[in-house]
Amino acid sequence: MKFLVCVSKAPDTTTKITFTDNNTKFNEDKVQWIMNPTDEWYALVKALELKEKLGGTVTTVTVGKADVEPVIRKGLAIGADDAVRIDADDVDAYQVAALIADYAKSEGYDIIFTGKETINYNGFMVAGMLSELLDLPYISLGVKLDLNGNTATVVREIEGGEETLEVKTPFVVSCQKGMAEARIPNMRGIMAARTKPLKVVAAASVDTYTTVHHFEAPKERGNVKLISPDNVEELVRLLHEEAKVI
Amino acid sequence: MSVLIFVETQEGKLKKSAREAASYGAKLAGKLGTDAVAVAVGKIDHSELATLGQQGVSKVLHEENAKLDHFDSRAFTKVVAAAADKAGATVLVLSSTFNGKALAPRLSVRLKAGVVTNATELANTEGTFTVKKAVFSGKGVANFTFATDKKIITVNANSFPIAKGEGSAAVEDFSAGLADSDFGVKVLHVEKAGEGIPLPEAELVVSAGRGLKGPENWGMIEEMANLLHAATACSRAVSDVDWRPHHEHVGQTGLTISPNLYIAVGISGAIQHLAGVSSSKTIVVINVDPEAPFFKAADYGIVGDAFAVVPKLNEALKKYYANN
Repeated sequence: MKFLVCVSKAPDTTTKITFTDNNTKFNEDKVQWIMNPTDEWYALVKALELKEKLGGTVTTVTVGKADVEPVIRKGLAIGADDAVRIDADDVDAYQVAALIADYAKSEGYDIIFTGKETINYNGFMVAGMLSELLDLPYISLGVKLDLNGNTATVVREIEGGEETLEVKTPFVVSCQKGMAEARIPNMRGIMAARTKPLKVVAAASVDTYTTVHHFEAPKERGNVKLISPDNVEELVRLLHEEAKVI
Repeated sequence: MSVLIFVETQEGKLKKSAREAASYGAKLAGKLGTDAVAVAVGKIDHSELATLGQQGVSKVLHEENAKLDHFDSRAFTKVVAAAADKAGATVLVLSSTFNGKALAPRLSVRLKAGVVTNATELANTEGTFTVKKAVFSGKGVANFTFATDKKIITVNANSFPIAKGEGSAAVEDFSAGLADSDFGVKVLHVEKAGEGIPLPEAELVVSAGRGLKGPENWGMIEEMANLLHAATACSRAVSDVDWRPHHEHVGQTGLTISPNLYIAVGISGAIQHLAGVSSSKTIVVINVDPEAPFFKAADYGIVGDAFAVVPKLNEALKKYYANN
């Protein structure tokens, strides 16, 4: 079995978000980049679990310039066999999906894993676009996956419950909490990662569909109104009369 | 030219999110000087679909194919893309539901249309066409433009009011000519998480964290949720130790929600948690620690012990609902 895991960089979850160039660019100064959490914790580890059980290989693919390599090496340290970096700045979901599809189309992967969404643009788009570009079934928000031969049983989250479905390989699945237990790379993994293959491939020429016109800071909330714990009726009154939410 | 809205149904009824998307699409169509057309799939009465006229939809294309009673992203994409062609749609509007967001990126590729998910307000059509959404898990807002002629927008729950006008939409049977090979998944079964209100679409949410000390203390939180007709949620810490089910986890790596009211009990308000709830309209924080960072992100706060405050608040809510 050949498993491909799409891995993206993301700003560390505690990063202070600011913008530059007249609010048209994300200020990357002093940003600590990490592997996008759901890519690492659920997509990558699920692929590793399947490989450990059934054999095969786990490859990660990332669209980015050389500065993303520490993130890619972490994936190798956690246990991926090899990695591919498509040499381009990631500018929009379609461009990223088209570049990965262009690389993956002739590689014969059985399952392509992604995280739920990145924590920077929160788009929830690359997995769906990739599946359409490769004409594959797509299951979003997978929380459980068992593979038996070429048939997978996948549980996905739906509003107010879960749906269990069957799908034949190859397919694309996005992963979230429940799919696997996050792993911390150990020293042996970190040492091994240094010599594992990281192939850099040239980027194909693809389109960009959307661009950020400008950023804004989120709306400020006014100062918190504190209410005495002995006067909770006042909170109910404010929710009804002032906030008008009940 | 038209704006096409994909409307989701559940057990033969239009979902609330579908009416929100329809209202958004119709309003946008008005601004663009064109018609709003909806597309629906699966088993649903034409009389129910006709009520989309109240939201400003003039026509509904309906593909009633029993195979579409379960979601399949590839088959649904074919149907919605065919409807977009038939309606000559230049803008597609979907709800930011799990299925809406699975469908939008596939449609994007199929129709060569840029997509912006999780729109929080009506697209700006004066000058450059832009769509606003929260980015960096709520720590920023981005206005996106499109390089494509066709555009796809998914609309966040509770971000756009449902229009309640007069009128009835014309409903037309429609077929995209689906073949067996268009289906990729076979649904085996569906399990409901319970009778409560599903968290992603809830208007009111009561949430609790480690301050509650143990899963056995959630009774008063569930009571408050029942009184308010709210959904329950929790912090990551609480779902990680299985005090509460994973699907209740809101935050950066869990669900992002935007209810009208979010009440947080015993949650300190770490930046990762705020990321999931900061677009809530009104936030109430109840915490024993006056230094809890959540108070800085709240509209109303009570500094006090949850075990004393919540039962009193529940009594006050009972009184309020008895009189209102």
